[in-house]
Amino acid sequence: MNERLHQAILSDGLLVGFAVTGVVMWASYWVSTHVTRGRIHGSAIAVFVGLVMAYVGGVVTGGKNGIADIPSLAGIGLLGGPMLRDFAIVATAYGATFQDLRRSGAAVLVSLSFGLVVPFLCGGLVAVAFGYHDAVSITTIGCGGVTYIVGAVTGAALGAKSEVIALSIATGLVKAIAVMILTPAIAKRIGLNNPHTAMVYGGLLGTHSGVGAGLAATDPRLVPYGLMVSTFYTGFGCLLGPSAFYFLTRIAFPV
Amino acid sequence: MVIYGVSLLALCSLAGLLLGEALGYLLGVKSNVGGVGFAMLLLMFLTGWMARHGKFKPVSAEGLRFWSAMYLPIVVAMAAQQNVLGAVKGGWVALFGGLAAVTASILLVPLINRIGLEKHHRESDWNPIPEEDRK
Repeated sequence: MNERLHQAILSDGLLVGFAVTGVVMWASYWVSTHVTRGRIHGSAIAVFVGLVMAYVGGVVTGGKNGIADIPSLAGIGLLGGPMLRDFAIVATAYGATFQDLRRSGAAVLVSLSFGLVVPFLCGGLVAVAFGYHDAVSITTIGCGGVTYIVGAVTGAALGAKSEVIALSIATGLVKAIAVMILTPAIAKRIGLNNPHTAMVYGGLLGTHSGVGAGLAATDPRLVPYGLMVSTFYTGFGCLLGPSAFYFLTRIAFPV
Repeated sequence: MVIYGVSLLALCSLAGLLLGEALGYLLGVKSNVGGVGFAMLLLMFLTGWMARHGKFKPVSAEGLRFWSAMYLPIVVAMAAQQNVLGAVKGGWVALFGGLAAVTASILLVPLINRIGLEKHHRESDWNPIPEEDRK
């Protein structure tokens, strides 16, 4: 009996994902209205609850996929996986306008350039401060400051040590999580309430998951603008990391 | 029919992702370059074109609106499967590196935001949603 029920849950994983996520959303909006009196938006709380669940999942299973590593909750991984995520992101573009995109061309290019170089420098400098003095490790950890995908790709391309790659990925994860939590909190202060600023934000912060979740928690209508730009961020990062960033780092730290 | 909207969305997503893979291959990069962005542009272009020619019925748009509204729950599900433990275990290097990168980038937002902002505000009919309506 028990075995059979368990099997049913496993094969209907996506439905479990819908059900659990719906409960999380409801609880988060309830807390937002009744506990924080609307000061913290429900969507921001929901994303935070998701991260806490991911931490708990990691502690319980020791795996890398958060709560989705618990077999009966694997459906959450399906719901939040790359396929449905990209599908829903593209859907958000319905209602966005070309005029808003076109006006911001110059700002987008500038923000993408600074958005790639500045986090790389930050990550690289921290690596140097913590005693890494070879160009491969510095570049790999610096690229983790761009996004964890850029960090992993660059580390693999340069043949970095596996603990350095792990550190680089962790740096990128800290960035993504920080962006998810900080975006709704600082949105007002940096004027993040229009398509133009959302695009600049997407270019500067770049981490797809962070920007998407952060903007969704701020104002869902900003999501397509921010993600439209940040979709190019990781790609260009993977292009620059093992090439330009590495060569420049080697000039500064010849070994 | 609702499926027309969903199907259009799927076609745009697939076309964009394939384009992004092709661009990544041509640039010699082990990652999709701009796939989702191309898909979004394609969807905006096609829905706009069809609406102008009276071919995009409101009921088809329902298929798009549903998935657009599902983005936030999907993001929550995505957050729930991040390697948060890995980030915590990364220790001080990961913490300082990640936070420094975020802080520096956020500080640049108001600066770079000024480029073309006036033009944008003058011409845009965008209105921020009042707090009360965002439920």
